[in-house]
Amino acid sequence: MAPPRRIGFRRGGRYLASLISWSLTLAVTLAGLVIFTFALGETSPADPALHLVGDHATEDAYQAARRSLGLDKPVTERFGDYVVRLAHGDLGTSWSSALPVAQELSQVFPATLEISTVALVIGASLGLTLAVAAAYKPGGAVDAVVRIVSLLGYSVPIFWLGLLMLLLFYARLNWTPGPGQLSDMIQYVIERPTGLALVDTWISGEPGAFADAVGHMILPAFVLAFHILAGISRLVRAALITELSKEYVLAAQARGAGRLRVLLLHALPNVSGIAVTVIALGYTTLLEGAIFTETVFAWPGIGRYMSTAVFAADMPAILGGTVVIGAAFVIVNALADLLVRRLDPRVRT
Amino acid sequence: MSLDLAADAVIQSRTGVLEGLRRSPTALVGVILLAIFLGAAALAPLIAPYDPIAQDMANRLAAPSWSHWLGTDGFGRDLLSRLIFGTRPTLGLIVLVTLASLPFGLLIGVVAGAFGGWIERILMRLTDIGMAFPRLALALAFVAVFGPGMVNGAVALAITGWPAYARLARTEASVIRHADFIAAAEMGGIRGWRLLFGHILPLVLPSALVRMALDMAGIILATAGLGFIGLGVQPPTPDWGGMVADGTKVIFDQWWIAAAPGCAILLASLSFNLIADGLRDILDPRHD
Repeated sequence: MAPPRRIGFRRGGRYLASLISWSLTLAVTLAGLVIFTFALGETSPADPALHLVGDHATEDAYQAARRSLGLDKPVTERFGDYVVRLAHGDLGTSWSSALPVAQELSQVFPATLEISTVALVIGASLGLTLAVAAAYKPGGAVDAVVRIVSLLGYSVPIFWLGLLMLLLFYARLNWTPGPGQLSDMIQYVIERPTGLALVDTWISGEPGAFADAVGHMILPAFVLAFHILAGISRLVRAALITELSKEYVLAAQARGAGRLRVLLLHALPNVSGIAVTVIALGYTTLLEGAIFTETVFAWPGIGRYMSTAVFAADMPAILGGTVVIGAAFVIVNALADLLVRRLDPRVRT
Repeated sequence: MSLDLAADAVIQSRTGVLEGLRRSPTALVGVILLAIFLGAAALAPLIAPYDPIAQDMANRLAAPSWSHWLGTDGFGRDLLSRLIFGTRPTLGLIVLVTLASLPFGLLIGVVAGAFGGWIERILMRLTDIGMAFPRLALALAFVAVFGPGMVNGAVALAITGWPAYARLARTEASVIRHADFIAAAEMGGIRGWRLLFGHILPLVLPSALVRMALDMAGIILATAGLGFIGLGVQPPTPDWGGMVADGTKVIFDQWWIAAAPGCAILLASLSFNLIADGLRDILDPRHD
């Protein structure tokens, strides 16, 4: 049933209004994130000035350090400074390496982006396949298996699953290479222009190096994919089954369309809004899951950077990493929301 | 959930929890698992074969045997006893987080749904913003800054825990608001807080219960994750996530040291997910 056509400019006006409300929500959410990290830094029991000068500094040196860090200014002014520094991409200086946190994060971010994207592709395609398979015959054997798989996916601690996979496929069976992004490259000298292991080894023209990169990626990518597959298969399945009870499905079946045809060509496009939301949610889950998976697999990304910073009690690195992960999370969520509005005419107004 | 279903659910929850369990094997398995964990937590000092923090360096990294069913860890401590005592911080944290987030979320949601108008718009916009925050990353930052421990962990997870309850309560309350029985109650002179908590809140509770069970499973995983990267309950107190981290060092030789606490995390989280799954079937017949 096609909805009645609306007059062009009115619909355009509403779309613009929803776009403005979308940008406002995004801006306020990001502002909330910035306030949160600022408040954490302000109330932190660790004293950055003391860290700068050390325990045995004179009172004068300590006060000078406080002034140089702006700690003598009122809170409101410090918050303003913080926002200005963030806007300039300045996340402070790491306590453990004395390097700018932003520079360190930009070096590790590609690795996380790469593993998350590969995991998302695997997880989304497997998840959608399982959803369609389960919805083909609700209550059947396949549906039961999918239900168990997704329950396990919801319940398993991902860092532990990663450990067991390493134990089985690396230590016992020796099918995959060990932790890390690449083996110690004695035979190949690889330049790293992009920081993405697959891309860098591909353009290096060394097939062995590329194979090595793929081998290292398989385990962490599948562990992360399993992590998000549960949510995708479960929610898309439920949406498909709801969709199948509608009249247009009955009409299509009456005209002789088979079950699979109805599922793939009729129901699936109509749940694309839900699918996009769930997959985007999966992407944000991956950003957080990276903290554990990267720690287990020694994957040189932002997650391992964060857990290393936690061990070293490196406050600027922890807060800087939180801002970056948080902003990526918020922006992916907002983009998914925007995409859903474009895909699904029912939510567009 | 429409009003009829919500009302049905309330009636069912009063008359037939056992009946519901009988119809839903998943919920039954979940409840049995949970009962085992609750029993272990309550009776830990009685049923644990050893002191969970007593070290026995002569007997470290022992394989499972009759004297140590799950073997011993790097300090010679009995793994089974540590697993049993580890139920306490895990379940305690779940209770703390839920107590801190559920009532607040329900209050926001019920008020928003029942009043409507600009109150609803402001409260729900705040809820949307709360939902958009990265839960785990913020909890990690919070605990990393203020130091690990049970209370800090609970606060960290509760900060981002309430919006889910608020959104759900709002949806249900705004449906119920237009129901005839609410109009009748208002005509009978019941309004204000008494209308909210006596007449609207009870109908919101069933679906909040499903959400709570799901949330508890998530809290277990988040807590275990924080413990794994060293931000859990501090040693020597046994903490499942921390125990997996200890076992990581010897995973290739004494794999059971990491495997056992991981199994406990999986089963505890699974028990809540099974209960949520079963509750959903019992409360909302549309799902199957």
